[in-house]
Amino acid sequence: MIFNFIFGRRKPAPQGQRHGALADLRVGESAILADLKLSPPVAEHLMNLGFVPGLVVKVLRSGPGGDPRVYRVDGTEIAMRRDLSRNIDVELIGAPAFGD
Amino acid sequence: MSCHAVAPPRDEAGTSYRTIAVVGPPNSGKTTLFNRLTRLRQKVGNFPGVTVEHHTGYIRDANGDEVALIDLPGVYSLIPKSEDEKVAVDVLNGNMPGTPRPDAIILVLNSTNLHTHLVLAARVIALGLPTLVLLNMADELRKQDGGIDVLSLARELGTPVALVSATTGEGLEAVQNFLSSSTPSPEPLELPVVGSTRGYREWAVRVGANAGYRRPATPLWTARLDSIFLHRVWGPIIFGVVVIAVFQTIFALGQPLSNLLQKFLDTTGAELGRHMAPGMLQSLLINGVWKGTGSVLVFLPQILLLFLVIGILEDSGYLSRAAVIADRTMSRVGLNGKSFIPLLSAYACAVPAIMATRTIESKRDRMATILIAPFMTCSARLPVYTMVIAAFLPDHRLLGPFLGTRAAAMLGLYVLGFLMAVTTARLLKSTILKSKDSPFILEMPPYRWPTVSSLGLRLVDRGKAFLYRAGTIIMLVTLLLWAATNFPMHHGQPPAVENSVVAKLGHMIEPAIRPLGFDWKIGVGLVTSVAAREVIIATMGTLNGVDPQSHASDLQVALRHELSLAGAVALLVFFAFAMQCMSTIAIVRRETNGWKWPALQFTYMTAVAYVAAFFAYNIVQHFVH
Repeated sequence: MIFNFIFGRRKPAPQGQRHGALADLRVGESAILADLKLSPPVAEHLMNLGFVPGLVVKVLRSGPGGDPRVYRVDGTEIAMRRDLSRNIDVELIGAPAFGD
Repeated sequence: MSCHAVAPPRDEAGTSYRTIAVVGPPNSGKTTLFNRLTRLRQKVGNFPGVTVEHHTGYIRDANGDEVALIDLPGVYSLIPKSEDEKVAVDVLNGNMPGTPRPDAIILVLNSTNLHTHLVLAARVIALGLPTLVLLNMADELRKQDGGIDVLSLARELGTPVALVSATTGEGLEAVQNFLSSSTPSPEPLELPVVGSTRGYREWAVRVGANAGYRRPATPLWTARLDSIFLHRVWGPIIFGVVVIAVFQTIFALGQPLSNLLQKFLDTTGAELGRHMAPGMLQSLLINGVWKGTGSVLVFLPQILLLFLVIGILEDSGYLSRAAVIADRTMSRVGLNGKSFIPLLSAYACAVPAIMATRTIESKRDRMATILIAPFMTCSARLPVYTMVIAAFLPDHRLLGPFLGTRAAAMLGLYVLGFLMAVTTARLLKSTILKSKDSPFILEMPPYRWPTVSSLGLRLVDRGKAFLYRAGTIIMLVTLLLWAATNFPMHHGQPPAVENSVVAKLGHMIEPAIRPLGFDWKIGVGLVTSVAAREVIIATMGTLNGVDPQSHASDLQVALRHELSLAGAVALLVFFAFAMQCMSTIAIVRRETNGWKWPALQFTYMTAVAYVAAFFAYNIVQHFVH
């Protein structure tokens, strides 16, 4: 539990589950952005940066202790904390996509 | 694919533009482009009532007429939610007092990230002003195997479009073409439903596809460097090395430079004074004007060095990575990773540190960082600490040869300042500066080589801003303090210190500071140390007729008569917390564009200092008796 907390890793989603939070993806995994369950100004800001539902997001790297992490959407790399990525829903893609 | 500027559609009526707004998202290279176009022909100003700073630069069109370029703050959208966006929207709509509505717009977009940035283009073009779209970073686009057909994009957008590079100057003749011909207002675009960013984005992808846009690959070097700089082991180690290097630059390089400059100015001042007839005028010129100029100038080496280092870190892209590394630690006090380097610099001096907070995008976090920075133990406190500690604390060994009582006391004062900074940050971030709607979201730009010209321009810009906007206030306060020590005159001669206005002030505040164990002489020291904290030493020297430089131990004896042990502890605590520094007050006023924040900060810090010193005095008093 503490290990998970410190290193920001969760167990991989069980087989068959199609939805998850962006925060639960592992470094290197990709998914499709589904829903930004954030306050309108924050969601708007993220969308202006390129976090638009329907696009592929990839977890690029993780800061020390797993937070914040760096994500890539359509060429833009953005760092955000877990408090945001926990509230961003993604649709899982079966296998890790090549070249995001 | 064409890399050349598209000639703008010409109109026979050759009216030229007087005011052009430069608009673009952050990280589009907008400022580099603005600097490239206007060079040193720039003015810095603040829009009325907001903290947002803006630059106005001047270029000449083909007729030799002057055109003003207004560099608006970097924005991702024109929905006025943040202060930056409000300013941009107000200027573009002609609603900003003192700024005329621009006749045209130069929109700078990052060509390597076009889909995201076209969303802004849609909103800007919809304003209906003649617009030139510059797709910046053409060199990177090409290098990373991307591409776009500018002609098709110009057709899609209904505006002239040029592919440019602000760093190499490629394609910038498009700006001159745009100036010397009048481009008709763009035809209204067929835009998606207003307000839906998703709709805009889909439109942007469609437009990009129609213009044959190929997004470039992520630069290989960025990925490689990130795998080191953001590595779980190497990342923090490299961060530590960089942080020590920054600290050393301002502490071990800037500090001695400032001291050297101070010494030089003091000796020149004394030398100049010798060549003048002694009297009021000589005193005013040397102890007032010259000293005032000096107390402004001594900050320059530290400010310039810090901005050089931060400029390199920011332009190269490392600053964003450093923020990611430091973020987890900083989030514990409610701040984000970008506050780390400014706060660290505050250990040398709060003035450059507060200027450095402009790298923090979040307004609330920036304000919180500005407000807590003066709690960090700056170098001006050290002479005061050293003198008082040496006067009252015998040096015993505490931990063998490693830590003596005096060093421990000094360390304690550092910790005290740090703890108060953390407490204040938590207090601010849970009350007036709550940042629920501005969370930590940080764009990671690719790594780039910083250019000498962009670093140089930044240094000139910051140096000028400090000298003009903060320097005037520092000068004014120095002159006021000079007047306070030299009036009322007695038979045309300045009075002895104990008869001067400043002594009266000391007597006046004596009842207020008596509960802290201070008498009127310390009161005078507190008043004069507003010029700079270490001035209290010179003042105590004058009041006791002792030269603090040559007879330091005599001054210590005099201090022991002045203060009880409890009073000395109270004095140390007071100096740890109080905002006894007009230069800091001046720079906060300049950075926040108003007296509201510096007044609040001064009141708060003085109140904290007073209460803490009161408790310190009474607790020590209790234990000594």
